[in-house]
Amino acid sequence: MLSLDVEKRLGAFQLAAKFETEARVTALFGPSGAGKTTIINMIAGLVAPDRGRIMYRGKLLFDAAGKVNLPPHRRQFGYVFQDGRLFPHLTVRGNLEYGRRMYRLKRDAGELERIVAMLDIGHLSDRRPGKLSGGERQRVAIGRALLMRPQLLLLDEPLASLDAARKAEIMPYLERLRDEAEVPMLYVTHQADDARRLATTVVRIEAGRVAAVGGLELLNAVPRQSQL
Amino acid sequence: MAMFELSPDEWTAVQLSLRIAVWATIVSLPFGIAVAYVLARKEFWGKALLDGIVHLPLVLPPVVTGYLLLISFGRRGPVGAFLDDWFGIVFSFRWTGAALACGVMAFPLLVRAVRLSIEAIDRRLEQAAATLGANRSLAFLTVTLPLALPGIIAGMVLAFAKALGEFGATITFVSNIPGQTQTISAAIYTYTQVPGGDAPALRLVAVAVAISLVALVVSEWFARRAGVRLHGD
Repeated sequence: MLSLDVEKRLGAFQLAAKFETEARVTALFGPSGAGKTTIINMIAGLVAPDRGRIMYRGKLLFDAAGKVNLPPHRRQFGYVFQDGRLFPHLTVRGNLEYGRRMYRLKRDAGELERIVAMLDIGHLSDRRPGKLSGGERQRVAIGRALLMRPQLLLLDEPLASLDAARKAEIMPYLERLRDEAEVPMLYVTHQADDARRLATTVVRIEAGRVAAVGGLELLNAVPRQSQL
Repeated sequence: MAMFELSPDEWTAVQLSLRIAVWATIVSLPFGIAVAYVLARKEFWGKALLDGIVHLPLVLPPVVTGYLLLISFGRRGPVGAFLDDWFGIVFSFRWTGAALACGVMAFPLLVRAVRLSIEAIDRRLEQAAATLGANRSLAFLTVTLPLALPGIIAGMVLAFAKALGEFGATITFVSNIPGQTQTISAAIYTYTQVPGGDAPALRLVAVAVAISLVALVVSEWFARRAGVRLHGD
């Protein structure tokens, strides 16, 4: 389904990642600064690798040798950013419908209703992002990414900027998303617990390298400083 | 009350000034936004030079700018002759020339205001727009431009005010011809040079103050509305 083999130099940091996954939910798991966000930015098309290639469902997205680099607006991958990045000048509804409009997708009232209900954001429709709580903002960001009918959903630590209570508020929505939406997900996190609750396949990233690819057992193998 | 009534000549100068300032502002707006965007978002060879050229009218003596316009956009100037031959557009000693001079003088103020507001916009919002299917131009139209609106309005008002009051470059380039190129500023200057010109000069001064105040109030209103839209209702 998704396969990539890429290299990228960022100042002194050298990233070289190679993995393949067929899973419904894949966790990109590793400590902060390991290069996880750079990897999904490359999958989204926001960052171009120096070398290598990226394929998704048999389609070539990036190939340095063949000079292929599909721009983000033609990949149709939903992206939920760590900081939400809602458009401040649009209402919640305007944000939710933005992707559908840009991709020129047919309006589907049933779909909108279903996703709005799943994320419980119907009452927020006419508000602007400035008036939302952190948790509400992330739920709208998830809805915005889903309503563009993504081929793949990229989630970059969508819970990291939230406190424990807000996290507990969002997690059930993510689980529902995994069970109800039919879109494969790539979930970036440095929290083993989050990965355990959502993912089936784990790609462990350490210092710009893929340390291991496997099942949830990879989360247990992580040495904790406090336990050594 | 006759004292407060504008004579036909004064009225002509007021109308001419408004027409020149409005045209100078509107025509320079798309160029101003384009240059501001390029300066705010792109890195390229010669960027410092472009920045310098745009700001030149701000630091050059206006007479110098006017004279440069005269030798390049005058009927015998290289650009002026070309435009006259091919498009029939003539600037010298016409109100269009005054609008050009005002537009050039106001350009740095416009670019500066728009550039600052574009630089203040989080680029990551443009990235988010790209992942949501917007190509560069759509992202610019649907995200960057609306978010820069308060700065664009502020820049337009600054440019309009500058165009309305421009004197040195205009009088050097297109002279001071009543009905053609005599703006409020030029008319006031002319009246102060002749005996008995105090009353008409004062009337025009009052008009200039009134127009400037109205422009400021209107822009403040627009900017506040745009600001409210951006920072919650």
